[in-house]
Amino acid sequence: MNRIAENFFDLAVMAKYLPSIIDGVWVTIHLAVLIVLSGLALGFVLAVVRAFQIRPVNWLIVLVVDVFRALPPIVIMIVFYFALPFVGISMSGFVVAWLSLTLVLASFAEEIFWTGILSVDRGQWEAARSTGLGFLQTLRDVVLPQAVRLTIPPLTNRTIVITKSTAIASVVAVQEILTQASAAQAFSANTTPLTMAAIAYLIIFFPLVVLSRWVESRFGWKR
Amino acid sequence: MTAPLPMLDLKGVRKSFGAIEALKGIDLSVARQELVFIIGPSGSGKSTLLRCCNRLEEPTAGQVLFDGVDILSPGIDINETRRHIGMVFQSFNLYPHLTALGNVTLALRRVLKLPRDDANERGRAALDEVGLAERAHAWPNELSGGQQQRVAIARALALEPKVMLFDEPTSALDPELVGSVLDVMRAMRESGMTMLVVSHEMGFAREAADRVLFMDEGEVVEEGAPARIFEAPAHARTREFLRRVTGH
Amino acid sequence: MEALIYNFFNLEILLKVHPLLLKGFWMTLQLCLLVVPLGIAGGLVVAVAYSFHVRWLNWLLIAYVDFFRSFPPLVLLILVFYGLPFIGLEVPSLIAVLIAFLLNTASYYGEIFRAGIESIGRGQREAARSTGLTGLQTMVYVVLPQAVRNVLPDLISNTLEVIKFTALASVVALPELLRMGRVAQGLTYNPTPLIAVALIYLALLWPIVRLLSRLERRTMAKR
Repeated sequence: MNRIAENFFDLAVMAKYLPSIIDGVWVTIHLAVLIVLSGLALGFVLAVVRAFQIRPVNWLIVLVVDVFRALPPIVIMIVFYFALPFVGISMSGFVVAWLSLTLVLASFAEEIFWTGILSVDRGQWEAARSTGLGFLQTLRDVVLPQAVRLTIPPLTNRTIVITKSTAIASVVAVQEILTQASAAQAFSANTTPLTMAAIAYLIIFFPLVVLSRWVESRFGWKR
Repeated sequence: MTAPLPMLDLKGVRKSFGAIEALKGIDLSVARQELVFIIGPSGSGKSTLLRCCNRLEEPTAGQVLFDGVDILSPGIDINETRRHIGMVFQSFNLYPHLTALGNVTLALRRVLKLPRDDANERGRAALDEVGLAERAHAWPNELSGGQQQRVAIARALALEPKVMLFDEPTSALDPELVGSVLDVMRAMRESGMTMLVVSHEMGFAREAADRVLFMDEGEVVEEGAPARIFEAPAHARTREFLRRVTGH
Repeated sequence: MEALIYNFFNLEILLKVHPLLLKGFWMTLQLCLLVVPLGIAGGLVVAVAYSFHVRWLNWLLIAYVDFFRSFPPLVLLILVFYGLPFIGLEVPSLIAVLIAFLLNTASYYGEIFRAGIESIGRGQREAARSTGLTGLQTMVYVVLPQAVRNVLPDLISNTLEVIKFTALASVVALPELLRMGRVAQGLTYNPTPLIAVALIYLALLWPIVRLLSRLERRTMAKR
């Protein structure tokens, strides 16, 4: 028991490395917020573009979306960070992490939005078009408000999963929580910094997970 | 003197879905203020015909003249045209995320570009016409089926259409709610609306229609005054159909 | 163009390192074949335990599920991997990886199975019990088969995520596909192996992504 306390909850180590963990927290939050904003926005735009049903454009969207849903985020980041510089594209670790997870979130979000759009009854389109509303007006005023509501629960869950993956940014040298904790662990030869990282993640994400449970019951599929 | 221009004039309208021919060359003319009733077995092409009148289905061939203008011609602004052609659906298709008034005013604001206050005023007037002024702020799922269908009628009426298309407006309703919708349709008829109705409400057809068309397998089998069609159908197919729906 | 081919699609390099990649691929396959069944079994235990509706137990299970849903799998992996030796448990790295993944995936699978079981109405249980089936028999023969069918898209989607997670094991030097790709890149100083790794993941996971799109569209339309 003593051993666990010493190695996982050493107060001296905690006090010493708290500032750097907190630095890491801000980087993680910064990165996560950027990813959520750009990922959801891009996913939404792609789904709307897909609604126009222009064949070659849709094939392209489906291809890109499939690739970023199929590849593990860590593989994407490593390819972006370690392979792209060989063909002259160099990005900082932060940009790589942001871009990779934005593309991943956008891909999942596009698929979710698109499924939402498809699940709106055909009669809604017909009723709106019969009153003279154009395609875009129907999409904006009739279909999307219903589709977005349907997509809120799966989108919330997916967003949490992907923002959690910001921990992978430690692989491309972003100074986020896990990087800070690993460095501190190496310096102090003690696991306590990792415990601190774990607690930091819990503080950030536990409320979101609880929120997602509430969202699920509030916006669930039944109308 | 030339005959007055029909409100709707369909000439040789055909519609195919792949290899299946749903409409095999329909000619139909609806005069101003006329109520034309279309009956026929399911799958006979009635709904498809109705939906060709505002191009929810694109006819494969033929002409659809609305108020003398060919709405199939490439230069036509179909959205501008559709606001003059009201449509009522079997499943109401009310927008679940908007109130009754919101349903009625959406096109007023987006198509006619009316300011919100004007749209609301006109929307309320339309709801009043169908007897639902006091339910303006109800959500669709708080309304009975009959009320929902009347809101759907008000949604079309608010645009002040020149013709109304009804696609089995009472088929999804519980029997006791049918009357309220038919009452509204009767009142529209009396105020001089041109109407094209696909329905199985034979009693209403007999009492209110100017003309009844019997369709089967994508063709108009026969047409005539309601009394003639119901009492002395000329065609065996018509007789067979009427025998089945009236049950004797 | 030439630089692109030389750096990303260099056949010579690929020929040289393909034994490494093959070794990594087998390791990844083994990992999947261990982690997925373990996670499903763990998830079933969680969900079936939940279905008894014992209040304190359910609180505990929800706490467990939400705890690990708030926890990035990479952080968990590193904590287990570097933490176990500190408390005197020297386990092979494969075992450490399996423990971390089991804790994480069982919570996700558990949540999915739970939702599936709850989607089955009381009537089914009552009918089964009225014919003399025991509670466990009712669960196994009547409830679970229907529950699994109801949540099949979620199960497949989670399995896709779990397979993608296995790439995280590269961070703790488990010689799976991504790890071997990076080793090969280090040896050759050419990123072709990384691109090859990405393509292998694509070949492996793209069919699942396609299947998923179809299934999700069907279920959302039904709801």
